[in-house]
Amino acid sequence: MTKKYDAIIIGAGHNGLTNAAYLAKAGLNVLVLEKNAYIGGATVSRELYPNWKYSNCSYVCSLLRPEIIRDLELPRHGLQVVPYGGGVTFKENGDYYGNHADHERLLREVARHSKRDASAYERYEADVMKQTRLIRPFLMRTPPDPTSLKPRDLKELAVLAKSFGSMGEEGLADTMRFWTMSIGDFLDEYFESDVIKAHLAGSGIIGTALGVYSPGTAYVLLHHYMGDVDGSVGAWGFARGGMGSVAAALSKSFQSFGGTIQCGAEVDQIIVKNGKAKGVALANGDELHADIVVSNLDPKRTFLKIMDEGDLPADVVTKAKNFKIRGSSGKLNIALDGLPTFTGLPKESPLCLGEKHFSDSLPKMERAYDDWKAETWSKDPYVDMLIPTQIDPTMAPPGKHMMSVFVQYAPPKVNGGDWTAEDKAGFEKTVLDQISNFSPDFKDLILHCETRTPKDIEDEVGLTEGNIFMGELTFDQLLFNRPFPGYAQYRGPVKGMYMCSSGTHPGGGVMAAPGANAAREILMDLKLNNTVPGGYDDD
Amino acid sequence: MIPHDETMILETPFYSRCLAACEINLWEDWKGYRSAQAYTSVEQEYFAVRSNTGVFDISPMIKYRFIGPDAGAYLNRLLTRDISKIAIDRVAYTVWCDDEGQVMDDGTIFHLGENDYRLCAYARCLDWLMWSAEGFDVTIFDETADIAALAVQGPTSCAVFKNMGFTGIENLKPFGITRYPFEGSEVMISRTGFTGDLGYEIWIEPALAEAFWDQLFAAGKLRGIRAIGSAALDMLRTETGFLQAGVDFVPAEEAIRNGRSRSPFELGLGWLVSFDKPVFNGRKALLKEKKEGSRYAFVYLDVEGNKPAEHAFIYAGNKEVGTVTTAAWCPTAKSNIAFAQVDAKYGKVGQELVAEIYYERELKWTRLMAKCTVVEGAVFNPPRKRQTPAADF
Repeated sequence: MTKKYDAIIIGAGHNGLTNAAYLAKAGLNVLVLEKNAYIGGATVSRELYPNWKYSNCSYVCSLLRPEIIRDLELPRHGLQVVPYGGGVTFKENGDYYGNHADHERLLREVARHSKRDASAYERYEADVMKQTRLIRPFLMRTPPDPTSLKPRDLKELAVLAKSFGSMGEEGLADTMRFWTMSIGDFLDEYFESDVIKAHLAGSGIIGTALGVYSPGTAYVLLHHYMGDVDGSVGAWGFARGGMGSVAAALSKSFQSFGGTIQCGAEVDQIIVKNGKAKGVALANGDELHADIVVSNLDPKRTFLKIMDEGDLPADVVTKAKNFKIRGSSGKLNIALDGLPTFTGLPKESPLCLGEKHFSDSLPKMERAYDDWKAETWSKDPYVDMLIPTQIDPTMAPPGKHMMSVFVQYAPPKVNGGDWTAEDKAGFEKTVLDQISNFSPDFKDLILHCETRTPKDIEDEVGLTEGNIFMGELTFDQLLFNRPFPGYAQYRGPVKGMYMCSSGTHPGGGVMAAPGANAAREILMDLKLNNTVPGGYDDD
Repeated sequence: MIPHDETMILETPFYSRCLAACEINLWEDWKGYRSAQAYTSVEQEYFAVRSNTGVFDISPMIKYRFIGPDAGAYLNRLLTRDISKIAIDRVAYTVWCDDEGQVMDDGTIFHLGENDYRLCAYARCLDWLMWSAEGFDVTIFDETADIAALAVQGPTSCAVFKNMGFTGIENLKPFGITRYPFEGSEVMISRTGFTGDLGYEIWIEPALAEAFWDQLFAAGKLRGIRAIGSAALDMLRTETGFLQAGVDFVPAEEAIRNGRSRSPFELGLGWLVSFDKPVFNGRKALLKEKKEGSRYAFVYLDVEGNKPAEHAFIYAGNKEVGTVTTAAWCPTAKSNIAFAQVDAKYGKVGQELVAEIYYERELKWTRLMAKCTVVEGAVFNPPRKRQTPAADF
């Protein structure tokens, strides 16, 4: 069976759907193929326990570009992002650090741990904000090719140079430091309190196979700070109904432009003829044809699994093999019979609405990374735990709760072998034990627990090694180096073949920017009118 | 381990009295403390200071203490002013800069005793204070919560204190410090303030705060004493030409956009910079600026008409040359004053400029191009502010 489309997008994750929506909006006949029986990729909510919805991959929302939300009318299609504030890092000694949403309250809490740090916190905030302001305007732009003499690349390079220039001498020096330093070294320059450093450092390692003292992790923190909820930069929120509602709204928007989504359709191969993409062959043997084929799979999966090496330049194959996309995290999704109590923290505290962590020092977090290097899960992991049902009533029955536990670190292989059922049980127990150390009634409230190792995430979602960003967010793999030098403008090595995943600029975190930016390039190549909005001006 | 407290907003040591006095329940957050914006009527509170006595709770103001053999030397490195000229029991207004010569904050430095100083600031800066302290034998700590403080301002303030039994208070000179016994302890009184009038600030241990308030208000009853909120204070400081950090300039450490901070010269505070000192934070950059010229000038504008030039753009001819940071009609001085930052070359006294003012009356907006003139300084500057001994008024 063959059928011809204008464009085929492989993978109904948020970037694939975004890309598809913009191509369909431009008038193309677009098909999105999804291997699973449901859409969303890692932007998904599933009912794995009756009446409970789990956002069982991505779980919070901040980076999703407001330009896209507005332009694709996602609110009309059902998307609502509700900000949450605050957070807690529990200390071993029974105390905790409360990261209050209210600024003055936050500073008083910082001062409780160190008066000097309260003053340093304001400097830290301003410095982080300076750097996010440098990056934010480039999220909705295609990275320039620094070696190209094309007018467009020269213009974009000039924009880049101007932005750097406007940072001033000290700001620019800070930029270099931010992009290269470890988050541990960086925070050590501001703060003296262990727990405050530990609380802030989490954003530097999430989803990254690096430790708090590994160079490059300071940028990963910036990546988590450059989003916003309604202009409040650095704020995070819950997508009401779970992260699946992001994919649902995108799919409705796409379908409103006439697009088609086909689930349960795993792509086996991108068909290339005479150096041109011609369509895809499905695992079931079907062939679907289009002159535009867009891969929303990560670069490794794209070039090493669904393309024939013979169709590709040798350097691309090598670069794909070398692409760093290491599995480093796992996830527990838990249905709770009620709201657990945390020692020392009143249930009414506004801090309860935010994220909870149980690692109170950088050395502890570094040791968690040591376990990963030794090819096992962290014995005292860094977790990012949230109970979204305190804010979002749609995820569980009234009075019941859903807990999302992101766990760092979990290796792609355990001691060189695949994860066994025993390993998985051990991993799960480690995490549940850690939480129950701070919440005595937690274990008794558990109705159901879904535990996901990097292997599970790879098998189900398709993310290589279960890497949530589709490639590490280190400087060597950013901007015009993402995914590889020479291929950062969303065009693949084969004519008509494109990339739109988080493995391209500006990276992962449910931004939808890669999908939109890729659509702009495709439409340009087709000489069609651009349907992709430009970025908002920050000033 | 300091126990965690669940209070969302702090109360000052005078809070019970402020609460009782606050008839309209208008509060705001001042550095984490509940602070009154207005108690009864902004207008009445303003006039209490210009005609009687107004009392403003300044307890939330950030206060740092410096003790040790190098305290003076350290402060001379930190601040732009020459601290060696500030005698014991004297106070001075000052700014401090970062290494780029940009103003981090302004505030007052109190010389409390031998090797003992207090700095009152708008912004938290302990971190910067500690950076600058490397190599100095000085102990620095934040004593904001350890001291209760009130500004007692207005022409009858001296008389009120005399009523309280503070004999000889009239002889305290502007920027002087004195102390009186109070309830078995002591109250420190400085002749300082943010209103440009005769006035004092009192500093006392928090446990005695309520007793002091009660005795103060009893003593002032026949002298028209009244608690005032931040809204009235803002009118008062504008009329007398005092800059407000965070309004008239962005403290350098809080500035996110490059170029948005200002030097002392650009704020009209060059007189606070003492180049006689061989070393102080920002000296090199400020010397360079002095030689090469500043980017901006801070100006006081006398604005034609009676419409406050809030947020107005300033023009020289057709060229936009600056913006207004603070503006108000001044009820006592009967003038329309604005503080503005303009390109340096338009900052000379006598320079004629134009303010683009928008004002609304019953939903009708009017655009007004009002002439304005750069004037020397504050429009409200009465002799009673300086007069010593202070009169009874």
